[in-house]
Amino acid sequence: MRVTVRLFARLRDIAGAGELTRDAPSGANVGAVWASLVADYPELSAYEKSISCAVNADYSRFTAAVRDGDEVAFLPPVSGG
Amino acid sequence: MTPPTAITTAALDVAALVRAVDVTGTGAVSTFIGLVRDNNLGRRVLHLEYEAYEPLARRGLDLILEEAREHWPAVRMLIHHRIGRMDIGEASVVIVAASPHRADAFAASRYAIERIKQIVPIWKHEYFDGGDVWVEGATADPDNAEAREKAMRIACA
Repeated sequence: MRVTVRLFARLRDIAGAGELTRDAPSGANVGAVWASLVADYPELSAYEKSISCAVNADYSRFTAAVRDGDEVAFLPPVSGG
Repeated sequence: MTPPTAITTAALDVAALVRAVDVTGTGAVSTFIGLVRDNNLGRRVLHLEYEAYEPLARRGLDLILEEAREHWPAVRMLIHHRIGRMDIGEASVVIVAASPHRADAFAASRYAIERIKQIVPIWKHEYFDGGDVWVEGATADPDNAEAREKAMRIACA
């Protein structure tokens, strides 16, 4: 299956793109998508403990399953206001 | 009609946003305006660029209004956050809270800005004299009850 990955702020800079299409094995969860990104962009690993994730623009968890066509977003610590 | 929450690239018109809140039956309006500051952590800031995950940021603002409504049912609120490039002194966020009495208007708007900094996916890219850096604050988790209680404690201090 394929998912769209969205990256923001410093994560986007590290990967060099804010939107990526990734292949994931059927039954993969958000954490597996993140692990595959870290494999390609090792600098991302610094964010392992501080990021949040969202699936289809709703906050989610790393243990949540993803489905074909989902938009999976990884969010570094926020700094709005 | 002006929506109660928005993420926008347009300059924030504070007076228009205050007018957009229904003040029927209220006796107090508190307006919070967040501005781009000319310094941060000892750096001379030149300008900021704000980025958002817009659909989730909008949901985050809506959630904050729901949370505020639970605690202060009589308060009517609006939160607009600007994104994109902003120069020193420009408004990045406007919160309007109208209430029968001032205490709740102040508290609700303070709660809202604390929660924005906790859970709304918006990021500041700071361009300062000598470089640039992404500002990183809180790990966003709307289900973190401790963070929510902290915002409430600050609001009601």
